[in-house]
Amino acid sequence: MMERNRQRGNVLLSTLGFSLGLILLFTMVANILPQVEGEAPVDSEVDLGALTMDSFVSLGEELFRGKGTCTLCHNNLGRAPDILVMNMVDTSSERLSDTRYQGGAADVEAYLRESMIDPSGYVVASFGKKGSDDTESPMPTVNKAPLNLSDIEIDAIIAFMQSKDGGEVTVALPTEAPAVAEESAAGGGAAPAESGEAAIAKYGCSACHLISGSGGDLGPDLSGIAARLDAQQLQQAITEPNAVIAEGFAVGLMPTDFANKMTVSELKMVVDLLLKQ
Amino acid sequence: MKPLTYRTLLLWVVAVAIFSVGYLGGDLGGDSIWNSASAMERLVEGEEIALKPAPQPTRGDYPNIGVSSRAVVWVVAQMHLFFGALVLAVPMFVVGIEIMGLKTGDDRYDDMAHEFMKISLTAYSITALFGGTLAIALFLLYPTFMDYMMGVFGAQMLVYAVLFFLETFFLYTYYYGWDALRYGNKKWLHLSLGLMLNGAGLTLMFVSNSWATFMMAPSGITDVGAVVGNIWEIMKGPLWNPVNLHRFIANIAFGGAVVGAYAGFKFLAARTPAEKAHYDWMGYTSNFIAIFAFLPLPFAGYWLMAEVYAYSQQMGITAMGGILAWLFIVQAVLIGTILLAANYYLWSGMSRTEGSKRYQGFIKWIALTIVLCFLIWMTPHTLLLSASEIAALGGSHHHILGPLGIMPAKNIAVNLMLIMTFLSFQLYRRSDKEATVSWASMGNALLVAIYIAAIVNIIFAGVYYGYFTNTVYKVGSSVTQVVSTLIVIISGVIIDGMMYKNAKVKYPAVWGRVTNRSQYALFALPVAFTWLMGLMGYVRSSVKTHWHIYTVMKDNSPDNYIPAIGYAGNMVTLVTVLFLIFVLFVFWVANLSQQKQVKPQEAEA
Repeated sequence: MMERNRQRGNVLLSTLGFSLGLILLFTMVANILPQVEGEAPVDSEVDLGALTMDSFVSLGEELFRGKGTCTLCHNNLGRAPDILVMNMVDTSSERLSDTRYQGGAADVEAYLRESMIDPSGYVVASFGKKGSDDTESPMPTVNKAPLNLSDIEIDAIIAFMQSKDGGEVTVALPTEAPAVAEESAAGGGAAPAESGEAAIAKYGCSACHLISGSGGDLGPDLSGIAARLDAQQLQQAITEPNAVIAEGFAVGLMPTDFANKMTVSELKMVVDLLLKQ
Repeated sequence: MKPLTYRTLLLWVVAVAIFSVGYLGGDLGGDSIWNSASAMERLVEGEEIALKPAPQPTRGDYPNIGVSSRAVVWVVAQMHLFFGALVLAVPMFVVGIEIMGLKTGDDRYDDMAHEFMKISLTAYSITALFGGTLAIALFLLYPTFMDYMMGVFGAQMLVYAVLFFLETFFLYTYYYGWDALRYGNKKWLHLSLGLMLNGAGLTLMFVSNSWATFMMAPSGITDVGAVVGNIWEIMKGPLWNPVNLHRFIANIAFGGAVVGAYAGFKFLAARTPAEKAHYDWMGYTSNFIAIFAFLPLPFAGYWLMAEVYAYSQQMGITAMGGILAWLFIVQAVLIGTILLAANYYLWSGMSRTEGSKRYQGFIKWIALTIVLCFLIWMTPHTLLLSASEIAALGGSHHHILGPLGIMPAKNIAVNLMLIMTFLSFQLYRRSDKEATVSWASMGNALLVAIYIAAIVNIIFAGVYYGYFTNTVYKVGSSVTQVVSTLIVIISGVIIDGMMYKNAKVKYPAVWGRVTNRSQYALFALPVAFTWLMGLMGYVRSSVKTHWHIYTVMKDNSPDNYIPAIGYAGNMVTLVTVLFLIFVLFVFWVANLSQQKQVKPQEAEA
């Protein structure tokens, strides 16, 4: 009996060890892949008083790449027309004169708006829903859930579409109702970031700044920033971005609410990381 | 007049049940009774019906218990799902094994089926315990959400409770009535109980699936969540049936794998040749069930994803090409592990019969193909690289390996892996026999032709449509690949079935003559299956992004973001280890009932 129990114990240990080893292997694979969190959009207000056409266009681009999730399909992978490389003013005019066009828009601005709130009004050939013979678009209606873009946000995207290829922006700047814009960066919604890199990813700093070799160019390149600013100046640049503006960049481009959104430790981690650039 | 036997009664019950469900559901023409009061009719007739939108919880509506509420629900829900899958799956194949025993008159089938049910019985209590805990956790941690869900599903929740009682009744009578209803006419009564058990269990699963699919793709409600449809319209959302089918098949594969581990453990601990032979046979049967259910699973998954894309392209891309895309590399590792383990087990099992020697030359080629396909499947497309790495690589994608990272290459790989696994299985099944039909050589030639045509078609469709045409054809070509694989499997089963129906068993299998090492494949399968189920649960839930109920009720809790793959992996590991511990307990309890303490006086004597 003792012998049998010992044998069972050995079998238990070896099979358990094997199983746990395999589980650890799977865990390791999951942990060595790039770690990206899908942050929930957080409401933030746009200061209409300080809004310029340039910042409105920037807001449009930000929405296009962020909350609007447009680039999920409108990219170079062929799932939807790659409108970032197309001249949308010219393309809109061509579509308006297409015999297949059945919508009610009379000009480019109205067409761009209609394409977002009634995407099936004109479906680009071969991009319709399967089996619909290009009469139904797979694109979501942007002013309804899950996107829920506001009228002002839609106008901002139109402004971006018109301006990106040097065209004239015909859409008017909003002046009345306060717009509610959402950023893809999480802010208070998510758990505090655990590292400087995580905080930079969380607040989407790389969307505008070049950091560690990657990122956008809407804001100043932060490579080697430690040579230009000290810790205190960096902290001020984040929490009061309009206090000192880098040469060649417009006032009001950078969100002003990081002081409210970031935790103290997140701010410190970001500053420390930037000082190492 | 012939007396009514239980067998006839059983057939009548099944026929009437199928007809009734079809008729009442409106599938045989006519109106479905479930739709008798359609949403629009009720809107017009009942002006007093107030259309109440879904509440939108604020951060303050979520109780703070000091740890992540999502993590708590994640662990408990996953444990409930693991055990639920097990207890639903085991009776399904147990009834099949019981029928096999009845047909062949071989008592071993009956004994094995009974032993499988013993595992299911203990697991059933654990399922219920986790189910109850899950309900408490949800009501405590997500009160607004649960309040809305209760309002939407209403009395259907009570139907769920009734089904639970029914399942319990049939489970106990089926298990404890095994020996009392073992032979003759009574066996049919016992089989009827088994069928009823499965009927109750499957309905239970379909009902609870409707809650999950409603959260992903709600139906029967307005844009703001006001209920306007009847319960049938609410349940029958676009993703309900794809999820039902996917879970139905996956549960069988999972259940087979778990009981396979039980057999593997008992084999390794066995001391007599008779014990070894019994548990070797049990392990083989379990592996057969797991893999045979697993082969069509990718196709059910394909249907599910196609429906996800049709419902919301955005949701589909979030899963397959967006933030969750990296997860499919882990999935490739898991499925590769499953297929390699299953194939290894089959190849090792060939040692049971001398007749397998004639097929051993094939094994190295099958193994090579599977490993190559496995490597292609797990090759990522986009890498996060530093500037120096990009410079060294000559671009963001490797010029040779880059093309292997996209779907056409992976579709070729996964289809070839499935075909090779089926080939292993077919060779194994043929090992001990020799066909006696006159058309054997023609049948073999036909099979070889089907294999070659399917493989050529899979590679051609993948390469030509995947790399030389646009995206629309790329997606369409995967359908022809899937059809090719299915044709190989279905025609292989049919042709072999006919060719070996009265075949001579020339080299009888010696059960128990298999290496101990091969038994570890029986542990790799459930571990990988469990981890895979957990991972797929993460993606299914995450595609809703920051919504409790997609487009209707926002998740405003502190956990309303999609966690990174590493965090999800750690959570899945936690639940897998917990499941492993509980399964060991189940095995221990099942084993305990076989032991009997020797009376002290007898022991001394």
